[in-house]
Amino acid sequence: MARTITYREAVNEALAQEMERDESVILMGEDNAGGAGSPGEDDAWGGVLGVTKGLYHKFPGRVLDTPISESAFIGAAIGAATAGLRPVAELMFVDFMGVCFDQIYNQAAKFRYMFGGKAVTPVVIRTMYGAGLRAAAQHSQCLYPLFTHIPGLKVVLPATPYDAKGLMIQAIRDNDPVIFFEHKALYDLAGPVPEESYALPFGEANVVREGGDVTIVTLGRMVHTSLEAAGQLAADGVQCEVIDLRTTSPLDEDTVLESVEGTGRLVVVDESHPRCSIATDISALVARKAFGALQAPIEMVTAPHTPVPFSSALEDLYIPDAQRVVNATKTVIGWTR
Amino acid sequence: MTDDRIVPVTMPKWGLSMQLGKITAWVIGEGDDVKVGDDLADIETEKIAGTLEAADAGTVRRIIARIGEDVPVSGTIALIAPADVTEDELDAAVLQARAVIDAGVPEDAAGDAVLETADVGGRKISFAGAGQEGDVVLLIHGYGGDRNSWLFLQEPMAVRYRVYALDLPGHGTSAKDVGTGPEGPGAGGSGSTLAVLADAVTGVLDALGAERAHLVGHSMGGAVALAVAARDPGRIASLTLIAPSGFGPEINAGYLRGFADAQTRRELKPVIGQLFADESLVTRQLVDDLLAYKRLDGVDEALRALADTLLDGDAQRGDSAALLAAMGAVPVTVVWGRADRIIPAAQAESVTGAVRHVIDGAGHMPHMERPAEVQAAIEATIARST
Repeated sequence: MARTITYREAVNEALAQEMERDESVILMGEDNAGGAGSPGEDDAWGGVLGVTKGLYHKFPGRVLDTPISESAFIGAAIGAATAGLRPVAELMFVDFMGVCFDQIYNQAAKFRYMFGGKAVTPVVIRTMYGAGLRAAAQHSQCLYPLFTHIPGLKVVLPATPYDAKGLMIQAIRDNDPVIFFEHKALYDLAGPVPEESYALPFGEANVVREGGDVTIVTLGRMVHTSLEAAGQLAADGVQCEVIDLRTTSPLDEDTVLESVEGTGRLVVVDESHPRCSIATDISALVARKAFGALQAPIEMVTAPHTPVPFSSALEDLYIPDAQRVVNATKTVIGWTR
Repeated sequence: MTDDRIVPVTMPKWGLSMQLGKITAWVIGEGDDVKVGDDLADIETEKIAGTLEAADAGTVRRIIARIGEDVPVSGTIALIAPADVTEDELDAAVLQARAVIDAGVPEDAAGDAVLETADVGGRKISFAGAGQEGDVVLLIHGYGGDRNSWLFLQEPMAVRYRVYALDLPGHGTSAKDVGTGPEGPGAGGSGSTLAVLADAVTGVLDALGAERAHLVGHSMGGAVALAVAARDPGRIASLTLIAPSGFGPEINAGYLRGFADAQTRRELKPVIGQLFADESLVTRQLVDDLLAYKRLDGVDEALRALADTLLDGDAQRGDSAALLAAMGAVPVTVVWGRADRIIPAAQAESVTGAVRHVIDGAGHMPHMERPAEVQAAIEATIARST
């Protein structure tokens, strides 16, 4: 596994390899080809941050450039999925899901259930999330808890290039609607990725660092923040086990519980808001199912319960950093009754 | 080292991609006398944990590397020296060694070895070499392994030989198509899985331009090496078979099927544990790497075809003894770990016409658990060739 590519390239490669393998895979989204009416010859942008760059020409007729009308094209993608295609639709920023949410949570998520298993909806909705790009309150949110809440959707948040490729391939091959979250700040992250195709199963958390003193459960970009903190804590003799959930629905409860049963201490690190989030969900899970193992109260490291600030100074304070994870971990380690 | 009476103990290079190792425990202490082959320290790399054995005899005068510290490959971790070397001389050597450790991995350190590929009958076959001169030695891994299975042997042997390791079809970064299982569609079983694997080995020898070579095969790779040698004994200078398959009906069929069936880390880890006498050698990274391999498209089908080739019901298929008997004058050695839980070491006794080594403290992977002894057995076999 010697080859190194970026997270952006890993997503692109997964799309290309699946389109090559299965002609029912199509792409839809804004700015794929430079806008409606554009021939796309000079101007195929590959989406706003260039993730699908190159595919428009490589797969003629299978990369559709859509108008700025999410309710229309997300609905069209879902309809196409029920009719036999495997569309991958790009909802530019997850913040825009408000305008197409009925299509997602009330239609796509319900078809398999309401039609007694006779309908499948193999659609993937790719979307960007997260703060850090000075993009303000309407382009920076971490809305994955909202989708995790809805039965019938699968919710995926790769943290590394390797995971991005394998989870995207699984998302395309999966017969249920998948919301695929890509963190803007991870696109240039490079890592080893096999050239061949591979699918990573959903519902399997990744233990990215082993340790016996405290469990840090995290996801998405915060995996890297947590690893940075774990490295600092190791210098102080605190060994953290860092768990990357990879998918929030389905959720790998076993890996989390087994780890906490070993360490007796839990810190959850989630870039989303502190209420009704992955942090609260994991905390509730552990409090209910591993209560006897806990040796200290659970700590959560999250963004505050505010919109993402546009002020760069405030935005930097808003995003959880390694120091906050270190502090929370020390609180958990040092707790006495 | 300026004084050749001071012998450095260095961080070994286990595998072509290893750049750093970490001492997890020192087995010996300062002042201890060691002989060649004694355990010195437990070392962990990102791939695997192992035990460093002494390559030189003498008195350990200084231990330099601290437990848990990252040490670059070939960095000096301890000093062996006779009593007449003064403390000052030792301190100077320690200072030098410490500077190397603190500098970390040099920026221009070679990363992974250059991976070469050959096209063999339309299949891409990957292989990697080490060593500049000497006879060609080709290392052939077993079922579910890859060229990195030889991480403890390839670099140390490269001092004397040109040592290559390949990925058999269905493994590593080679093509995943392994043919049609035990029965081949063509004349003489061509197209069968064993023939496809043997073709890959011959194809790599052709790509290397090697008119003669020493083959080392582990487990299924042993049967493959035998198949290659039986086709063209004149090309094979010597043959070392490590826990080779096909010498008796007993085999742990549950292992082969369990490896193919395992879908998660939780399922795979206990399966992998059966390979070793000491299951603590199985690191999370090793399991993760195997899982990543198993998840590549085409690997599932390949492993099932391979298991069908190796198994007839729950018994072992193949007649390696007949192939061996046809080998003529080629020097052959079999090596087995006494604690092998995949193919019992008792089968070594049925191998006639070969030098036999049964190694204590090793399971099905003696080349990982007792690499120095396996290396010695291979090199002794090579020395017997003409």
